[in-house]
Amino acid sequence: MKEEDFRDSETLDIFKKSGGNILLTTVDSLINWGRSNSIWPLTFATSCCGIEMMACGASRHDFSRFGIEVYRASPRQADVIVVAGTIVHKMAPVLKRLYDQMSEPKYVIAMGACAVSGGPFFYNSYSVIKGVDQIIPVDVYVPGCPPRPEALLYGVMQLQRKIKLESIREPRNPLKDCL
Amino acid sequence: MTEENKNSGLDRDEEYIINIGPQHPSTHGVLRLVVSLKGEIVKSVEPHCGYIHRGIEKMCEKLTYPQIIHLTDRLDYLSAHINNEAVCLCVEKALEIEVPERVKYIRAILSELTRIQSHELWWCSFGMDMGATTCYFYGLRDREMVLDIFEETCGGRMIVSYNTPGGLMNDIHPNFQKRVKEFLKHFRKKLPEYDQLLTGNVIMQERTKNVGIISREDAISYGVTGPSGRGSGFSCDVRKHHPYGIYDKVDFVEPLYKTGDTFARYKVRMDEMWESMKIIEQLIDNIPEGDYCAKMKPVIKLPEGEYYQRVEAARGELGVYINSRGDKYPYRLKLRSPNLSNLSALNVLASGFKIADLIAIGGSLDYVIPDIDR
Amino acid sequence: MENSQLKERILSLVPEAEIVETKQYFNAIIPKEKLHFLAKNLREAGDTSFDYLFCLTGLDLMDSLMVVYHIESTKYHHCIVLKTSTTDRNNPVLDSVTDIWHTADYHEREVFDFFGIKFNNHPDMRRLFLDETRIEGFPFRKDYVDEINIVER
Repeated sequence: MKEEDFRDSETLDIFKKSGGNILLTTVDSLINWGRSNSIWPLTFATSCCGIEMMACGASRHDFSRFGIEVYRASPRQADVIVVAGTIVHKMAPVLKRLYDQMSEPKYVIAMGACAVSGGPFFYNSYSVIKGVDQIIPVDVYVPGCPPRPEALLYGVMQLQRKIKLESIREPRNPLKDCL
Repeated sequence: MTEENKNSGLDRDEEYIINIGPQHPSTHGVLRLVVSLKGEIVKSVEPHCGYIHRGIEKMCEKLTYPQIIHLTDRLDYLSAHINNEAVCLCVEKALEIEVPERVKYIRAILSELTRIQSHELWWCSFGMDMGATTCYFYGLRDREMVLDIFEETCGGRMIVSYNTPGGLMNDIHPNFQKRVKEFLKHFRKKLPEYDQLLTGNVIMQERTKNVGIISREDAISYGVTGPSGRGSGFSCDVRKHHPYGIYDKVDFVEPLYKTGDTFARYKVRMDEMWESMKIIEQLIDNIPEGDYCAKMKPVIKLPEGEYYQRVEAARGELGVYINSRGDKYPYRLKLRSPNLSNLSALNVLASGFKIADLIAIGGSLDYVIPDIDR
Repeated sequence: MENSQLKERILSLVPEAEIVETKQYFNAIIPKEKLHFLAKNLREAGDTSFDYLFCLTGLDLMDSLMVVYHIESTKYHHCIVLKTSTTDRNNPVLDSVTDIWHTADYHEREVFDFFGIKFNNHPDMRRLFLDETRIEGFPFRKDYVDEINIVER
């Protein structure tokens, strides 16, 4: 999308579900500013996309400047789970259990073609799940095989934009938010 | 107080079983280790694999030979170029095609660059697992230079798909030789820095010397190849014993250590990075002119029979077995994975040591899980 | 040792063996009862000393199930291929070589997982990669059909 549209807050207003309320907009924007600028992910990488995620965190494309300061090892302490890599039938219950253990508000980024739709393993494979959105609701899809680190950063920026639309009047319902 | 009451109901001598589950920061992927402990001493380790089993071998039975190259990249993704080369060499051997000299030189240079970047990533994660987080940033900084070279010539950073049966997909970029020479000059200064940072460190040496020992006979019997086997004195370098491509004309040494512990496996990989640079230096200025691909038919059909090709991947001996019935699809394609054989020795390596040593031993074996599960 | 000497050695130990020449390694097709005996002999004899099993493959020929062993000697660097098969597709059983080469442990479990071939005297005969609750049957057999999971092309 164009840079102008990305930064344009009127376009964001169209997506807002709850209308404006003088008392709560300042509180909303403060909370959303805090939440979107410190998203801490869970260490979860199954295959090749995991290495690109590590490269994204290294010194050249540093994602710590976007607020992703540390990786949390435990799902109870994490905000977002970046599903990087293929999910197969044996791993699916484990992923569901990890997602259930995360505390609200939680977000999911599906990184890589395998997590988006099964990727190169779509045809003729008996054990690959064709897209991680068959198991957990996904907020942002980052296509590519593997996506460049810059693409993952763009995905994180889109997630930050999505978080800025929330309001404390309505608790977040991932099943309604994610199509 | 009687004897029975003293222990207060807890039987302190029983073993207990813990689960280092599929999602864990230091298992380098999705591997489940069921560890039986007595206090802090590991009695036995049982790996459970299959959490990334995608059925690649079965998928290949419905794909043509050029299409299989794109799937083999994603096996052991850190030595992607070498995996591609293995399948290409097997197909070329079956069709009895001689590739141009230019192709052999370029394939060897890219393979050695792949080996260097794979060992750099191993060094990053090995240091990080033991707590030295600085290693992560230093190693990945230098690895980015190699990925830039790959991206300019092959189009992809890690997943390259540059080989094709008969040669290469496209010729090298005009800047290739210059950038490789710059990288070598830069890396020769950086590798002693890595030694200064980690190798001489007292904590690292205490954690790795005499930990996780496997003898040479056990290494041969368990099929532990690559740097892990060379740390025990098992001379298994496919480039020396069954040379392919240009490796019979290149001068390099196979580093062998006798002790078989984690420190020996560490030293082998550091030495291999020096040897790879030596090989590249011998080849980079002498790339002959010529075609980048031999003439091939549009549809590749292998004659009926069985063919086996061995190459030296970054982690050990990778084997490709193709059983063909004369079709354009293989009847059976089997990939002999180096990481599965290396992992099978984990029980022997870790028994009797503490649970913190288990992480260091796993790091020194350097397994990549999608290669185990295929 | 030369190929001809190896062939003589195999035929003297197992006269029913069938030797097939190929361009690469020569194949010896052994009846399944004699495989363990031959493998143990080849490993322990001083002049052959085949101590390194570098590939163990399962194969589904339409009427039988076959297992292919690629072995090498680290001392003399000669390699041969041993093959054995069974025609019983409902309950295939072969002898395990885990006591000769330890690497066969995981590879035989993999062959059981994908083809259904059980191995006698294996220390731990169970599936390695697949999850019993989700995938039934043996996927690498040529007559395996799975309408739910596989998207055909």
